[in-house]
This record gives sequence, C-alpha cells and structure tokens, in this order.
Amino acid sequence: MSTVYEMVIGLEVHVELKTKTKIFCGCSTAFGAAPNTQCCPVCMGMPGTLPVLNEQVVEYAVKAGLATHCTIARYSKEDRKNYFYPDLPKAYQISQYDLPLCEHGWLDIQTKAGEKRIGITRIHIEEDAGKLIHTASGGTLCDYNRCGVPLIEIVSEPDIRSAEEAVAYVQKLRAIMLYTGVSDCKMQEGSLRCDVNLSVRKRGEKAFGTRTEMKNLNSFQFIQKAITYEYKRQVEALEAGEKIVQETRRFDEKTGKTFSMRRKENANDYRYFPDPDLVPIVLSDTTIARLEGEIPILPDERKAAYLERFGLTAADAEALVSQREIADYFEAAAAHSKGVKNLAHLITSEVFRLLPVGETRIPIAPAHLGRIADLLEEGRINSGTGKRLIQALWEEDQDPEALAEREGLWQQSDEGVLRPLVEQALIENEKSVSDYKNGKRQAIQPLIGQVLKKTAGKGNPVVIRRLLEELLQ
Amino acid sequence: MKLTDMTAYELSQALEKMEISSVEATQAYLEAIEEKDGETAAYLTVTREIALAAAEKVDERRAAGEILHPLAGVPGAIKDNICTKGVKTTCASKMLGNFIPPYDAAVMERLQERQMVMLGKTNMDEFAMGSTTENSFYKVTRNPRDPSRVPGGSSGGSAAAVGANEAAYALGSDTGGSIRQPAAFCGVVGMKPTYGLVSRYGLIAFASSLDQIGPLTRDVRDNAMVLTAIAGHDKRDATSVDRTYGDFAEGIEGGVRGMKIALPQEYFGEGLSPEIRDAILAVAKAYRSLGAEIEEVSMKSLGHALPAYYILSSAEASSNLARFDGVKYGFRAENYESIDDLYKNTRSEGFGPEVKRRIMLGSFALSSGYYDAYYKKALQARTLIVEDMNRVFRSCDMILSPVAPTTAYRIGEKVSDPLSMYLGDVYTVPVNMAGVPALSLPCGEDKEGLPIGMQLIGPAFSERKLYQAGYALEMWRKGEKK
Repeated sequence: MSTVYEMVIGLEVHVELKTKTKIFCGCSTAFGAAPNTQCCPVCMGMPGTLPVLNEQVVEYAVKAGLATHCTIARYSKEDRKNYFYPDLPKAYQISQYDLPLCEHGWLDIQTKAGEKRIGITRIHIEEDAGKLIHTASGGTLCDYNRCGVPLIEIVSEPDIRSAEEAVAYVQKLRAIMLYTGVSDCKMQEGSLRCDVNLSVRKRGEKAFGTRTEMKNLNSFQFIQKAITYEYKRQVEALEAGEKIVQETRRFDEKTGKTFSMRRKENANDYRYFPDPDLVPIVLSDTTIARLEGEIPILPDERKAAYLERFGLTAADAEALVSQREIADYFEAAAAHSKGVKNLAHLITSEVFRLLPVGETRIPIAPAHLGRIADLLEEGRINSGTGKRLIQALWEEDQDPEALAEREGLWQQSDEGVLRPLVEQALIENEKSVSDYKNGKRQAIQPLIGQVLKKTAGKGNPVVIRRLLEELLQ
Repeated sequence: MKLTDMTAYELSQALEKMEISSVEATQAYLEAIEEKDGETAAYLTVTREIALAAAEKVDERRAAGEILHPLAGVPGAIKDNICTKGVKTTCASKMLGNFIPPYDAAVMERLQERQMVMLGKTNMDEFAMGSTTENSFYKVTRNPRDPSRVPGGSSGGSAAAVGANEAAYALGSDTGGSIRQPAAFCGVVGMKPTYGLVSRYGLIAFASSLDQIGPLTRDVRDNAMVLTAIAGHDKRDATSVDRTYGDFAEGIEGGVRGMKIALPQEYFGEGLSPEIRDAILAVAKAYRSLGAEIEEVSMKSLGHALPAYYILSSAEASSNLARFDGVKYGFRAENYESIDDLYKNTRSEGFGPEVKRRIMLGSFALSSGYYDAYYKKALQARTLIVEDMNRVFRSCDMILSPVAPTTAYRIGEKVSDPLSMYLGDVYTVPVNMAGVPALSLPCGEDKEGLPIGMQLIGPAFSERKLYQAGYALEMWRKGEKK
C-alpha cells in the first residue's frame, strides 16, 4: 500500500431475504428452478397488474436493522426507481428512496490491527430484477424467476480503509444475517452480493476522491483481489497526473483486473417518486419490540461472553461465532465441560477439519465432545488420542470414555513403562541422536514420535520429552 | 318497445320473469351493433360467440330454476383498457394491438360470476389519454346524438355504445373525467366511484392514484345496479378499501328533502357556456323545489387542480407506460440494432402523439432538478384540494357543478389544440384529485339538441346519496316533460 494515498471504501451489500414468496406476489423464491417457471403476471409487470407488499419482508428487514443497531423508521414508503433494461419488466424497480426502513447502524470487525467499528448508513427493501443470460450466438435470454425476489440493500458508511477490513465487514455482516435467519447468504447462489465503492485520497485529506464502483463481487477472494487491483490502478493514475472517471467497473476474475463498463450507467436520472400503488409502511412500537425479541443473541455479544467467561482467544471466539449453529453447539458442549479452552480449540481445529464445506451439523453429541475436552484437561488422554476419539465418534457417536476404556487409549505417563521404550528409541535412531547432540534441537521431535509409536500413540509426550532430554545429555 | 330500448333494469326484470331470453336480448344487441356501429364506431372488438355462449348458459340455468343475479344475461360492453382473459385488450393503441391478456381484471371476474354477457370491447383515447376518443389508433367514435361530433373521452366508445343503444350498460374508466365527460356529451349517466371502491387490478394503468373503473348506463338506477356488481375489496389491489357496500340502489327513491347542495362559485366563472350555466342553475332551482337547500360556496383550491392534475397524471403515466418496451409482449419494431434501438423504435412507432406528449411531460416533471418545482408542488396542491373538499362536505351533502364547459365538440376541432382540450377537464379533475365520487347525468340540451350534463360530487363513500339525488332529478325531468 502506498504511504501517500489511503483507500476509502464504502460497501453496498444486497441480501436476498428467504421469505417463501416474492416481495409483491405469491411466486416462490426457491433457487434453481427452470427458467420462467416461478413468475406470474405481477412480477412480470404485465399490463394491469399491481404489487401487494409481503409483510414478512418488512419484518425480516427490520430484524436485519435491529441486529445492526439501526434506528427503525416508524413511517416509511416505497418509491419507484425508473430505468430501462430487459431484466426489469416494469421498467422501474420498487425500492425505497428517501425514507428507508432502517438507518444509522453499525457493526464491529476484527482485523490484525484490532477491533474497528464500521457505520451502516441505511438498510432498505427492494425487489430484485431478472437474470440475463448472454448466448454464444450473440443473443440474450431473459429469465424472470428472480424478478420480485425480496432484497435488502445494506449501505455502509465509507469507513473502510483496506481490503482486509472490507472482507471482515462482509464476513461479519453475513454472520449477523445468518444469525437473524433472514437470509441463507449463499454468495455462490447470489443471495448475498457485494458492490464496492472505492476512491483514494492523500492521507490526512478530508475531501473524498472520485470513486468507482465494482459490482457483484461474489466471493471474499474476489472482493479482496478487486480492491487491491483498483486501489493500485487509481494511485498509479493519479500519480501519472490522470483524473479518475466516476464509473462502474467490471472485475475480471481470470486476470484479476477491473475494466470500465462501456454502458453509460451514470447517465441515468432515476426520476424517483413514491409508488402510488402501495400504501406507506407504518410500524408500531409493539411490532418492533416483538421482532427484537425474535432475534437470537448475536455474534459480537456471544464473542464478548466467550472472552469474558471462558477466557478464549479472540481468534477462537471469532471462529466459533461465525456461524450460529457452531456457536450454539459450542455453548451446549461447554455446559457439560470444564476444559472449555480445550473444547474451543478442538472445535476450531479438528471439528472444522472434518466438517464438509457449508455444513454446520456436527454428528457428535455436545456432551461427548465436552467429555473429550475434559479428558484432555485431566491429562488422561493426549492430543493425538483426542483426535482419534473425535474421528471415531464422527463415524459413530458414543461415550468417549467407554471407548477409550475399551480400546485402552489412556495416556501412558508411567516413567517405569516409558523409560525402556525411550532407551530403545535412542538405540534405533542414531542419526536423530547425533543430530541432537550436534546442536539440532528439533531432532528431538522425530524421537518423540518414535516413542509415541511404540506406545501406540498413548504415551504422554511431556514425560517422553523429559526422559529423552535426560537421557540425551 | 324494442329490446335494445329497455334499460338494464327493465331488461333484467323481463329476463327474470322469463318474458324474454338472454339469447334474444343478446341477438338484438348484436344486430344493433351490426346495423349502427359502422357509423358510431363504438366497438373495437365484438365478441359475438362469447356473448351468445354466455347468454345460452344463462337461459339454461334460468330454465333449470336457478335464481340468478340481476345482471345475469344482460348484455354489456367493456372499455378496452380493462383486461379480458382470452380477448384482445388494446387500450386503442398500436402498442397493444396483439395483446391478449391471460387473466381477467377483478371487475371482469365479478361480472363473470354474475353471468354477464359481454358484447365486446369499446373504443377509447389511446391509453385513456384524451377527452374526445380521437386519440384512438384504430378509429374515431361518433357521438350518437350527432355523428359529426365527438362522444367525449377517454371512455367515448362506452358512452356512445350506451347512448346508441348498442349495449345495455358499459364499463369505463375515469382519471380526470373520462367517464363523466363522455356521459355528458352523449347524454347518458356515468359514475366515477370513490377511489378504492372498485379494484384496479386488471385495469391497464394510466395514473395509479387517480384511475377508477365505473359504469355508464341509460339511467341512474341502472348505474347503481352495475356499481353494486363491481364494487368491493380486492386483496390484489393494495389501494382497494376493505369495506362491504351492499346495494347502491337502496333508498334510491328517497328524494333530496333536507339535503344541502353546494354551488362552488369558482365553477361558474369565465369559460363556461352560458347555456350550460343556465341548465345547472335550473337544476339547483329544481332541487330547491324538491326540498333541498342550495348554498353558494367558495373553493379557492379548484383553480390549481387542472395544472396539478396534468403534472401528477403525466408523471405517473410516464412510469406506468415504461413497461411497453417491445421486449415481452405487444408491438415490437421491426428494425433495430441494439437494445436502445429496440426501445426507441418500438416506443416511437407504437405510441401516438398524445401519449408521447404526456410521457415527455411526466418524465420532465419527475426529473432531477425539476421534481420539487413541479411534482412535489402538484402533490401539495392536491392536499389543498382534499382539504377544500373536506371543508365543504362538513356543511354540505354534495356539490352541484357542470361536467364540461361546452357540449360536444366537432370531430377534428381540438386535435391541433391539445391545451384547449385539457382545459375542458376543469370541472372533473378536482374530483379525482380528492379521490371522492361523482355522478354525471343529463340535465338538458343546448339549442342544437346536444346533451348537457350535470355533476354531483360527494364525500368519500357517498355514492348512495349521489344516486338518490340523481334519481330525484331524473324523475323531476320526466315529470316536467309530461
């Protein structure tokens, strides 16, 4: 990163709400249906049809706002955003212009530099447009299944100053949305989309530079790459005396570069006006209180609790709260366990390793995992055995203590038993011994490994190391 | 009496008593259309087979002893901006020349439930924009009372069909006077109901906050009968009011004794034809003689109504008509190189000049930099009109006024002067702006024998009272004629 120029980033994240039906009609919102099988005259904008607001959409949006500390508008309305494009059947999108449902929120992110608060300007509801599929022969096919799927648009303040912060923000936002249950946030399916607005300015300057927009970055990796490239491009341009053009740029995944989109998107005057087919949205304090009550304890609150109550590391705590089901599982296991730090570590290392991508269901009863953590804590098993037990329980869940007993997996700490094995290992591994004696202290590792082998993995590594060090002198 | 001379109510009674069959009545109307519509040109589409099939069914069910709805088997016509499933719905535009809706409008569903017989779809000004029906892409409808004159607009086809006895009743739509003014020009009865009384689902939108569907009929009782059939809450229209209404003809013979009727002085100023002014004042006198109190009131906001209306309605229309882009249905230009070309060419070729005029006007009023000066100001003017109406209705039951400043113009007279045509809406638009109901009915003729209409405006949901007062005037006029 240049020391002269800092990057200034604001993010617009579109989240598809997982209501059963669309925002203004009764069509299904299910992903993956054959083209144009989930649409009706209303979402197709056919002549004479009218929108009717799906109340659940408002409730979900309010929950998203409450979960990000926003002020909820008691009175808001929907406005028409007018423009022509083939994926927009009515030639206007029903959105919210000047009276959004939620405003003035924030969320906290964790990066290497520590904790930082990112402001959220607003959250509003709107309808999604259809999908355009460009064919090899040069034509374009329109699939209107997605038309009318409910979206919330979450706009951040331009508080973000690095690609790392941007990714952390989207990850935290995604976690919060998953916790509230308003969306399944699957970036690869498009139920969470990220637009990045990026400008640069000399450090210390207050005024904003000209920004460019990169739309629909659908993975954390792409967000990071696009930001890195665009920052560099803008800095180089400014240093060469060029001006930054305000425009939308397309991120090319293959080359990692951004390209100007030829379509004059910024020439649009959307001619916003209140939609006369819809009535204003009026929310009572009672409704908002009820919705507040339906929100589970959110990631940051849980994380704070884990740090305080259990003394977990920030990294482990952050990893546990990233998904609600994992946090719920951890808390259930912790209720049955004394070795909570071990437990946290077992989950973030071994359990995460075994969990398939996208899956959050752990096939081991929380109490059982809690017991393994305790056995470790008590020194009755070593970490290698712990791993073995977890793997065994993953295949077939059972009482780990009983299994350890049956298989004879208890940690062997008896010096009387270990000493002869250590002596044997020293005889069998002359190279490691001489390496160690010649100053290569790491050579003790393979020796520990050899002794462990002789104990079928049950030896107490601490005792083994002590004995080795003693005998190697 | 010829079958086609009967009012819808009389026909309904005769059908119920099985004095005539619905098929007979329908055939009589179809013959009348064949005979006269070459000149009147009220219809764009005549649905002969559908009409006869429906009529047959009604006769069958009646013969089987079923008690049917009063409108069952009574042949009516539908304005061509109301979606009829399986039947072309063109809005009198090239843009929708081939559009066959796969759904019925809510009002059509209600009428089908009541076994209506649909004779066909009637001509109108393109997309309901106009006051003469000359803006139709397809044909010019002629006033049945004088074929050299316009029937009014935009529901000119519906008004002419009823006036020419080519339908027992018709449905029209009214955004700034489009039911009431053609009713006045053709000498029939037209009602624009309270906004939200009749579902707009399936009405191809012109201006969403102003449009309403209403009946055009031979007399007031017929009008109440048809309104009763089409009124009611519809979940598919968020602006539809959740109320039940019962029979609008209930108490229709109650008279006007004790009613207070207001005459707004701003409505009787410059521009109003002296014959029309005299006719309205004569109505006031008649009402007085029937026991009503007449009060002169001042409604200063009325002067703002017309310009505010043209801004609001054009703004909403510019957005509502944006969906006609040649992509999914309707007309598509033959020649285009890019998507922008497709839009430009389709809309240039598909829309007529008046529609284009209003889309441009509306887009301008909403554009950045002008929104506050025009659109927002117009919304504020609208609030003043609502308040003015509410104020008058606190002390008066209804307002009496002219419908239009003149009687029917000659065909071609206003075509090159759209602004002067807009000025003709001056008495009708405040009603749509306030969302209140208004009834237009004949109250006399000018020296050339052209019908003069009067307007009764009431507070929201006062349709029954308006019908009552209208009926009283009708009876009084019948008495005077003897």
